[in-house]
Amino acid sequence: MNEGDQIDELRVTPDKYLPHRYAGASGDFNPIHIDKEFATAVGLPSNILHGLYGMAQVARAVQAAAGGDPRRVRRLAVQFRGMGLPEQEIVVSGTVRSVSDGAAVVDVEAAQGENRIIRNAEAEITL
Amino acid sequence: MNEAAKGKQYPPFTYEVGLEKIREYANAIGAPEAVHRDRDAAREAGFRDVVAPPMFAVVYSAGAVAPGILDPEVGINLGRMLHASQEFVWGEPVVAGDVIETTATLVNLYEAAGREFYVFETVSRNQDGQEVVRGTWTNIVR
Repeated sequence: MNEGDQIDELRVTPDKYLPHRYAGASGDFNPIHIDKEFATAVGLPSNILHGLYGMAQVARAVQAAAGGDPRRVRRLAVQFRGMGLPEQEIVVSGTVRSVSDGAAVVDVEAAQGENRIIRNAEAEITL
Repeated sequence: MNEAAKGKQYPPFTYEVGLEKIREYANAIGAPEAVHRDRDAAREAGFRDVVAPPMFAVVYSAGAVAPGILDPEVGINLGRMLHASQEFVWGEPVVAGDVIETTATLVNLYEAAGREFYVFETVSRNQDGQEVVRGTWTNIVR
């Protein structure tokens, strides 16, 4: 892993019911994620993805770059920005910013089309 | 904002990690690695048991932050709150059967650009006292 390298892109399209499964798995049943009527009533375009589901996709891409070994994923910091929507492809991409002292720092983001749902994400991978 | 609440610590939150809960979480996020589902694969890779994906940290630690978010002394307006940023720093891996205790502290609260920022830090340790994750949870009230 060298400075400037791109990590493998991760592409995933959460299906219509994914927010329900993620709610069950995570324990976060906020209705904005699982109830379209509630979400639109409070001014959202639809029920929206859990931000932490998006962060989990960023973490998956980082773990894949670390050879699939969760022990090598040392740190992940993200900013939640745009709202993610079900049934739209998420693309996670990243570039190695620096390599030193046995660790790589990778800049990552997740987007649905032009909508960058996670920005300025920074991951540290043990080499 | 109630500056006096800065530094307030909340009671420890204990979570016992179940094998099927790890599998359920791994399936929900689509984690492909066998070490998150299969005991033999996990042990062969050197884990004590089926290992949780890193972001499983939210499952065992979010419950420690909830009392702070709901604390009237902190006074967060929930209807206008957004989860703005999140950081985790991982230590010892978490595996099925671990008992994780998480303590949350309101480490900072301030106003900037007309918004209120509430920053919680969590520290999670396993039954042997090893640190498994340290989280920084930043919520904004618009």
